[in-house]
Amino acid sequence: MLYINCPHCGMRSQNEFSYGGDASIKRPELNKEISDNEWNDFVYNRKSLRGKHLELWQHISGCRQWIKVERDTATHEIFRTFKADEEVAS
Amino acid sequence: MTQNYRVENTGLINRDKKLSFKFNGKKYSGYEGDTLASALLANGVHLIGRSFKYHRPRGFFGAGVDEPYAVVQLFRNGETEPNIKATEQELFEGLEANSVNCWPSVNFDIGAINNFLKIFLPAGFYYKTFMWPKSFWYRIYEPFIRKAAGLGVASTKHDKERYEHKYEYCDLLIAGSGPSGLASAYAAAKNGAKVILAEDKPRFGGSLLTSDVNIGNQSGRDWAEGIVSELKEMSNVVVKNRSQIFGYYDHNMLVMSEKISDHLPKTKKFHPNKKLWYIRAKEVLISSGSIERPIVFGNNDTPGVMLSSAAKEYLKVYGVLVGKNPLVFTNNDSGYETAIEFKKNGIDSLVLDTRKNPESEIINEAKSLGIKIKFSHVVVAAQGYKRVKSADIASISDNKKQLGKIENIKCDCICVSGFWTPTIHLASQSGNKTKFNEDIDAFIPGISKQNETTLGAANGVFSLEETLKTSFQAGNEISKKITKTDKKIPIPNVVEKKSSQHDKFWCVPLPKGKNYKRFLDFQNDVAVSDIEIALREGYRSIEHVKRYTTLGMATDQGKTSNLNGLQLVSEIENKVVPSVGHTTFRPPYTPVSIGAIVGREVGKHSKPTRKSPMHSWHEKNNAVFVDAGVWLRPRYYKKGNENLFEASKREAKNVRSNVGVCDVTTLGKIDIKGPDAAEFLNRVYTNAWLKLPVGKARYGVMLREDGIVMDDGTTTRISENHYHMTTTTAQAANVLSHLEYYLQLVWPELNVNVVSTTEQWAGAAIAGPKSRDLLQKLFPKSDVSKEGLPFMGYMEGDLFGVKARIFRISFSGELAYELNVESDNGNFMWEKIMEVGEEFKIQPYGTEALSTLRIEMGHVAGSELDGRTIPYDNALEGLTSKKKDFIGKRSLQRAAFIAEDRQRVVGVVPLDKKTSIPEGSHLVKDANAPLPNPKLGHISASCWSVEYDNPFSLAILKDGKNMIGKKLFVMSPLKNKIIPVEIVSSHYVDPKGERVRS
Ligand SMILES: [Zn+2]
Repeated sequence: MLYINCPHCGMRSQNEFSYGGDASIKRPELNKEISDNEWNDFVYNRKSLRGKHLELWQHISGCRQWIKVERDTATHEIFRTFKADEEVAS
Repeated sequence: MTQNYRVENTGLINRDKKLSFKFNGKKYSGYEGDTLASALLANGVHLIGRSFKYHRPRGFFGAGVDEPYAVVQLFRNGETEPNIKATEQELFEGLEANSVNCWPSVNFDIGAINNFLKIFLPAGFYYKTFMWPKSFWYRIYEPFIRKAAGLGVASTKHDKERYEHKYEYCDLLIAGSGPSGLASAYAAAKNGAKVILAEDKPRFGGSLLTSDVNIGNQSGRDWAEGIVSELKEMSNVVVKNRSQIFGYYDHNMLVMSEKISDHLPKTKKFHPNKKLWYIRAKEVLISSGSIERPIVFGNNDTPGVMLSSAAKEYLKVYGVLVGKNPLVFTNNDSGYETAIEFKKNGIDSLVLDTRKNPESEIINEAKSLGIKIKFSHVVVAAQGYKRVKSADIASISDNKKQLGKIENIKCDCICVSGFWTPTIHLASQSGNKTKFNEDIDAFIPGISKQNETTLGAANGVFSLEETLKTSFQAGNEISKKITKTDKKIPIPNVVEKKSSQHDKFWCVPLPKGKNYKRFLDFQNDVAVSDIEIALREGYRSIEHVKRYTTLGMATDQGKTSNLNGLQLVSEIENKVVPSVGHTTFRPPYTPVSIGAIVGREVGKHSKPTRKSPMHSWHEKNNAVFVDAGVWLRPRYYKKGNENLFEASKREAKNVRSNVGVCDVTTLGKIDIKGPDAAEFLNRVYTNAWLKLPVGKARYGVMLREDGIVMDDGTTTRISENHYHMTTTTAQAANVLSHLEYYLQLVWPELNVNVVSTTEQWAGAAIAGPKSRDLLQKLFPKSDVSKEGLPFMGYMEGDLFGVKARIFRISFSGELAYELNVESDNGNFMWEKIMEVGEEFKIQPYGTEALSTLRIEMGHVAGSELDGRTIPYDNALEGLTSKKKDFIGKRSLQRAAFIAEDRQRVVGVVPLDKKTSIPEGSHLVKDANAPLPNPKLGHISASCWSVEYDNPFSLAILKDGKNMIGKKLFVMSPLKNKIIPVEIVSSHYVDPKGERVRS
């Protein structure tokens, strides 16, 4: 079971969180004309990376905040975690 | 037979407490402190079961967790458990156990015929045999194999035992209480670290219990006892015996199974049987020791052939002789320790050493004790069927290829030592890159992936002096980084005998003309010849060889077989062992009871049960409940002998003609507050929200970004910046997360807060033509007239001194209201409604009537909003705004979503107006079309229309818009029904919505 450092609550076990997918995806702005391809990329297309991956988790059984977790999808190593509004410097 | 093989003056058993037990129905006695294995051996019982494949007789091979043979079916306190290792099961008064894998009995076993039909059961037999003729599989092969194979029978009864889970955090978790575990635990504990020390056996001390060493001027055993009692006194240390750490998971999470009651005849009141510990450790020290490995020779599975370390343990710990005429077969010094132990107890043995002329302290001691030794000698084959009677032995050439003249000598057991294999399972599970150590012919941990350190024999260090030194150091250094305390512990003096180099010899060649079975894996009956076949047939990867031959796949996970298997593969393939590599070690290290894994989450504890504040009223009034997620909701209220159908019809009719009340507490409720709340709702819902006045409710639909309907419900503007959202019962949690996602990540600039208030409000829906009259009597001070509280209106009211929220919303197609009061007042509200409603013939109605009412009026719900439908499919496209953007809007332009013949909700009525339509049935054009009959749609919900007194269903139908009036067929192969139906509007009752607005 992963051990995730919630930036608001500290180290908590994975069973307090739910997974939210790729954190690098940006929702297109409202009312903006965009192509089918752009929209499909937003809704469906994911890279399914092997290795370092910035992803979203929600601390549902804790502070209920959505957080960003930098995790290796192969080794499960967690490098850094960020608050939702924190800038992620690579 | 009364313990003829028990010797005096040795062992740690309690001879003052005699215990009686039964094995295969026969009565025996043993002592407190015995295992089932030691007690049977004390009585001279060596035949314990039959092997898995060939059903060859099986005895004892080890003395602990590594035991591959001695698996029994245990009976304890009226319960039975399969797959119990006799070497691990502690003896208790009245224990009963049976052999497994033998039918009809261990002495006469029908399956042993497999032994003579070996041709059918070579490597890969699972894949090759029993395939032809196909029909034989179900009728003949499979039932026979099931009966003949298997490792016991699981109980079919409910397990009355209780199992608990515990979560624990510590600085250092130490696996194993041998010399390295004790030394590192002691050093870390002295530095103030929070330490958990786990030992799988009942006794602490590991190898110190059986080795002949001195530590700090006392015996190793006394030293261990002293350290353990000191550790037990320390408040920062948890010391656990009978506790197996069986899995090393991500981020230093380890799981340990603690046996609390298995050694007792009966679990004590309020005690669990086992406790499963989830331990998050900052650092893990693995001191799991090593397991002796066998040397492979002919018939090496005969009862009486066992590890020399096991023979020594039976003597030193249990005072039991595994034989009175032992033969020791060794390639290293360990065999001599066993021979010396025999000698000390008056038993002469013969030692066969594969080495030419080894010299060491311990060999000299054996010589001086007069123990007979033959160097450059091997056991070619054991002789005897149910018990070793003699051994064929021979000298072996220096190159270990040629055998000398074979000689048969009498013996009653063969104690084998092929050197030691470090127990690296936990390190490997953690992701450690193990490496092959040429000096010891075995893998040891290499580069750590997690915070794990392996010490002592598990790390390939077999010298006690070095083990203690490195373990004291490791315990001190690792703990001082955490506690910032450095208490230097003096390392005690060690007296031990120095060993000479072992012989890298692991398999005795077959003599000419002999075809003895030489086993590698004793539990799964994998012999040298099986591996040879697998390689001949082209299997190369060790993982494939393992699966093809089942080497190492039994419940012992190949603890004694894996390395010899690797040696064989590397020899045939002409490779070195490290390039063959070992198969992956996976948890659990040793079998774990399913009960322990499940813990308390069984029966009604498998999920929480949510009840509304009115639950006890429903119970008292004959409600029959139904699970709605984790909620319990009244399905109907039973009157007399009514069944579900009759009761729900009565309840629904009463709503249509008088007034009914329904508990709607389970609906999700979310409070939404902030200056941007309206803007937020406008983005979340498909319809327009910016102009909703205070005191008004609106129905809304929300989508996922892919255009699929996520949920629906009403939201009410309570005040300027305060909204009250309702969701369906099922989607409440998902909707909250969805809203939080957009507020926190997508539009953080919106000043809005959301919080779940589901638990804060009790809800009651009152519906029916007389509901307004009832409402007026409940709230005499409020104007709830048509004008005072119009459709979709909201007001607060005073319900006999209790503050209530009144919403004029309807889910039933009737004039209806929903009342909310604070949860604590829920029962008060309900009772008042029933009391005041009596004159209006009020009746409570359950979810079944609720469904009937909503289906009749074509109000879509969960069975239509099933995660596959868009607004159009549910006839909700009128609610999707053309003017503004919202979540999921862009997806609605997808070609499939705007197709002319897009599916859509319709009503379905059987032509005979009698036959009920099963939910889930398919709609087809031609009932006689060849299969697979093209499906046009499916029935999503069915009811008996109380308005028209005939069956009515909703369906999601292809091109539903143009199908009204068409005749189709409903097909339900499951119910074996074909029903001719007519497609009608989904709004079966009150299609213009006049009643709800009345
Ligand atoms: Zn948190």
